[in-house]
Amino acid sequence: MITGGAKNFVRSGSVSFATVLIMTVTLMIIGFLIFVSAILSHTLMAIEDKVDVNIYFHTNATEPEILLVRDQLAALPEVSVVTYTSRDQALAEFRERHADDQLTLQALEELGENPLGASLAVKAKDPGQYEGIVNFLSDEEGTAGGSSGVIDRINYFQNKVVIDRLTSAIRATEGAGFIIVLLFALASAIIAFATIRLAIYTARDEISVMRLVGASNMYIRGPFIVAGIMAGLLAAAITLILFYPIAWYVGSTASGWLGGFNLFNYYVGEFPKIFLILVGGGVLLSGVASWFAVRKYLRT
Amino acid sequence: MIYFDNVTKEYRDGTPALEEVTLSIAPKEFVSIVGQSGAGKTTLVKTLLAELRPSSGSVFFESVDIHTLPSTSLHHYRRKLGTVFQDFRLIPNKTAYENIAFAMEAAGRPDDEIESDVPYILDLVDLSDKAEHFPWQMSGGEQQRVAIGRAIVNQPDVIIADEPTGNLDPVNTFEIMEILKKINELGTTIILTTHNKGVVDAMKKRVITMEKGRIVRDDPNGHYIL
Repeated sequence: MITGGAKNFVRSGSVSFATVLIMTVTLMIIGFLIFVSAILSHTLMAIEDKVDVNIYFHTNATEPEILLVRDQLAALPEVSVVTYTSRDQALAEFRERHADDQLTLQALEELGENPLGASLAVKAKDPGQYEGIVNFLSDEEGTAGGSSGVIDRINYFQNKVVIDRLTSAIRATEGAGFIIVLLFALASAIIAFATIRLAIYTARDEISVMRLVGASNMYIRGPFIVAGIMAGLLAAAITLILFYPIAWYVGSTASGWLGGFNLFNYYVGEFPKIFLILVGGGVLLSGVASWFAVRKYLRT
Repeated sequence: MIYFDNVTKEYRDGTPALEEVTLSIAPKEFVSIVGQSGAGKTTLVKTLLAELRPSSGSVFFESVDIHTLPSTSLHHYRRKLGTVFQDFRLIPNKTAYENIAFAMEAAGRPDDEIESDVPYILDLVDLSDKAEHFPWQMSGGEQQRVAIGRAIVNQPDVIIADEPTGNLDPVNTFEIMEILKKINELGTTIILTTHNKGVVDAMKKRVITMEKGRIVRDDPNGHYIL
């Protein structure tokens, strides 16, 4: 069956060539979609990473009080990281930021004491969870013995609109991205499917002769499925080879433009996964397409 | 052996291709089915091959109504028949040897048997020197001999030859008919459809004449009469 399939594949040269070509284009589209979704999720992660909530404390808040709030926040399941900036650190950062601005520094010296309060920077695991965290702090402020009175302000309320917009934009992009990926994959699969059906259509007389000499359905179907799978494997190999220089070129020229995302490193790092998707996709698509295409001619 | 019981076949638009055909064929018989184009010869043969299902009536092969067989076991039935067509229907990307060998492979015959039988059959149809030729490298007569080799290699009970000489010159026609005659003498039932008067008359065997889907004449030692 396997040698029969291989012979079929080699002898029907131009039809096999066309099938491999279309399968290669299909797999390349699927591959590009993998790359685009990786670039998209990298960009989204970078944006998400920039979103945080800062809690500013009164200058009279003691360190143990602040650390208590920090520990309470860190214990929340939706919180990813809490970074504590002490009053001295805040002052040092302020000085560094205004190193070239003598007027501001002089004004600071004249004050005599550190006017800056300590702060906590909170990062949530998901941008949608900031509201819950802020609500938690507001509730705590209301209870006696909690963080009551030590919190000066929370910048969430100033950033709320931006954060909300960003959150919904990220959700929409992810959703739309997924649908687009699905549509493209579906469209290219249908084209590959039609090509294989066309390839088998050219062999319909052969199938009818096979039936007449008493070949079982499995005997007839086998070589076509083998030839289809060979087309899928060859297309996957060509795609994987072609992606190597493409990923290298994009990685070396467009990395800065893609927010530091290096496509070549991604391709090499995720090669086993991409290999499995392309080879598995190619074999499955061509195998299933062959199976269905032959089935049409096996019906009496 | 073969019995058509009141078989009628109508196409979707209602055109009748066969009308109430009742016919029986005994083992080892040589039967010629004649008639003009459109008389229903090929439709009759196709119902016997289970390629077409009758609109009404039954086709029996050794007491089994073949149209009640499930499609998964139809191939067992078809292995009892050998088929030869006007257009040869060889597989274009297989050599003469492979075209014959694949009929044996399809029947599940072991490799050593294939290796010994195919050269024998090629010799029988006088094509030993063309074993590695593809169909397009052979003449019509040679292609038809490959088709006959393929039809007989599994030693079927019946050979169905649908206009086997339709595309051949007189010399090749004579050769093909001689081969079919020889196969029949060895005990295989032959069903031949043709509109070649010379072929039918030379055979001096049973002749069934069809007209507009009906059997109008059935002569044991017949001639082609229009």
